[in-house]
Amino acid sequence: MIDKRVASLADAVAGIGDGATVLVGGFGNSGVPVALVHAVLELGVRELTIVTNNAGTGETDIAALIRERRVRKIICSYPRSAGSVWFEKFWRAGEIELELVPQGTLSERMRAAGAGLGGFFTPAGADSPLAQGKEVRVIDGRKHVFEKPLPADVALIKADRADRWGNLVYHSAARNFGPVMATAAALTVAQVRTFVELGELDPEAVVTPGIFVRRVVEVPA
Amino acid sequence: MSGRRLSPQEMARRVARDIPDGSYVNLGIGLPTLVADVVPPDREIIYHSENGILGMGPAPAPGTGDPELINAGKEQVTLLPGGAYVHHTDAFVMMRGGHIDITVLGAFQVAATGDLANWATDEASMPPAVGGAMDLAVGARRVVVMTTHTTRDGRPKLLAQCTYPLTAAAVVDRVYTDMAVVDVTPDGFVVRELVAGTTPDDLRAVTAAPLHFAPDLAVLVPA
Repeated sequence: MIDKRVASLADAVAGIGDGATVLVGGFGNSGVPVALVHAVLELGVRELTIVTNNAGTGETDIAALIRERRVRKIICSYPRSAGSVWFEKFWRAGEIELELVPQGTLSERMRAAGAGLGGFFTPAGADSPLAQGKEVRVIDGRKHVFEKPLPADVALIKADRADRWGNLVYHSAARNFGPVMATAAALTVAQVRTFVELGELDPEAVVTPGIFVRRVVEVPA
Repeated sequence: MSGRRLSPQEMARRVARDIPDGSYVNLGIGLPTLVADVVPPDREIIYHSENGILGMGPAPAPGTGDPELINAGKEQVTLLPGGAYVHHTDAFVMMRGGHIDITVLGAFQVAATGDLANWATDEASMPPAVGGAMDLAVGARRVVVMTTHTTRDGRPKLLAQCTYPLTAAAVVDRVYTDMAVVDVTPDGFVVRELVAGTTPDDLRAVTAAPLHFAPDLAVLVPA
């Protein structure tokens, strides 16, 4: 029998190792799998590469990982937010590496990884300093930059409901990076508000089918 | 003596006048977000937000909001009837694939060639951040900029060439400032409208690029 539900947050993040590349869902404070990130903090792993849109604010989730020196590198589109003090402090001190990626390229690089593609050419950023060191090609008269896929060891995402097969539906704009991150990691873990019985989710409305999800854990809101 | 500068609301009303009924629009963070509040009520505009909202509505009434329903500026918004949530890749397919009719962006600098610099200055003390600016700049069908004509300390923002790192080259179609409406053409900047009381020489004095003035140059009366 397939049952992807796990009983605890510790079980949900078991096996994540030092040096892992971890995708973390969320945009601002919407859709961030806070409980899973805190479970990774508890796990004590180090030298992580975190892929996420923002670099954490305040003292929780990604900001806490940075503060506790667990993050070697962050790959994101917008690390400079009100309250992203820990990232900024470590960045100024040269203690964290930043790879800045246009937001659509970030999402598409994960899509490419999930879809088994070798990368893609895009005009986004082709005339900017972010294209430095990358192959640039003129396609149909327009400059494009080559971007490689961004696969990961782990994806931590937040959804609203899951069944035991790992099918997911989301809540409003908290969906954001969840569906694409789920496809791009070897181990995808979703924290959900509630479990439902198999068959309860409308198959026309399942957003992330369980094939992309390995573990689900219930974290009531 | 130059005419007075438009207020942000007056700039927003001027931008809104040019957004046709039925448009799919993405408003950049900062000044451009004001445009949504002043679109004439007889027009139906569908607003897109990069984090996966199509059919975004205004801020919720106090105490009624959904904390996870936010716009690109991380402020709470609402979803209009008919609106939809999409995931990030689809939100950026809309932006990068030419499906957004108009984007209104802020700018640090705009060049007479249509180059846009709106993501990084030469200040080294803050980490760089780009968000969805490059995706919108290359992908939206029409890219317009809404910005003050000069920086806070009076330096021109419309230049022959950008000095800050580019967001994208040759993408800007029109610039709406607090002094003028300026098109980017193959011949460079062409001024279409000047705020009442502002002369061509006034505008030249605060612009670091050659300006052409349209034969039918109009007076922009604040509204």
